[in-house]
Amino acid sequence: MDLSAVAFYVFSLLIIGSAAIMVFAKNIVHSAFALMFTLAGLAAFYALLYAGFVAVTQLLVYVGGILVLILFGVMLTTRGYFEKVRTRTVALLPSTIFVAIIGALLIAVFVTTEWSKMPLEDGQVTMTGLGELLLTDFMLPFQVTGVLLLLAIIGAVLMASRARYPQQRSHPDNPGHPEGDPKGPQEPGQDPQQSADGDKGSG
Amino acid sequence: MVLPEWLAEPGLNHFLVVSAVLFSLGLLAVITRRNIIMVLMGIELILNSANLNFVAFSRYGLLSLEGHMIALFVIIIAAAEAAVALAIALNIYNRFGSVDVEQISELKE
Repeated sequence: MDLSAVAFYVFSLLIIGSAAIMVFAKNIVHSAFALMFTLAGLAAFYALLYAGFVAVTQLLVYVGGILVLILFGVMLTTRGYFEKVRTRTVALLPSTIFVAIIGALLIAVFVTTEWSKMPLEDGQVTMTGLGELLLTDFMLPFQVTGVLLLLAIIGAVLMASRARYPQQRSHPDNPGHPEGDPKGPQEPGQDPQQSADGDKGSG
Repeated sequence: MVLPEWLAEPGLNHFLVVSAVLFSLGLLAVITRRNIIMVLMGIELILNSANLNFVAFSRYGLLSLEGHMIALFVIIIAAAEAAVALAIALNIYNRFGSVDVEQISELKE
């Protein structure tokens, strides 16, 4: 059992364990930090698979960017200063069975298929090769991705800056809602239990 | 310690099995959690499992450097998607006062 096998098993335990913590944790901040360990373990997997540049990109973009964005989202979408950041879980048993069936099916397909193999050698993947590929075969996707990122940034800034806090929603320039009711008129047949935990009026 | 040969030498199938487990957990998060940000994190997990498949096939299969390129593009698209989705989540919170996906049932006032 050589070192790469040991590294594989250690990191797969890290990835699957923290992904399970992410799914089942009650506190969403715990989930976000467990997701960080999953993403970092996946970066280690990419390094094991001779994909060093993808590993570094994973660390920079996911752990450094998307995760911070998600934590900001958690902070900005909770009411008040000291509210417990908890989320509900619904239909756990049937969906666990459903997902277990899908996972078993995927694993069966992956294990039983005879994949045609042509392993890469160590040192065959270079930054030079990736850069040449990016500016020859992948030129059009590269440019289109630049435009897409610009559009996504402008769209996200526009949408997020148009938003107001719920305390200010009953401002005179927004006459559609009565005072203090963040959801508008209550549906007559709605279960009052449903809106008990997350929706206590805008204070 | 003597291990069987399929266990001692991690190959393509091992990485694919890890990716399948990650996909299942991400799908479970998307289905069961009701916080919209939790759903978003499940989607990130699913995207990462797809990415792991691409990189594993580029290491062991017929995709060589193309697999790495596709994985990079998936990471870029995931970043754009996370930014836009969190802006939408912020708007939903400001509109409904909650990020519970079951309470978001109106389209227009």
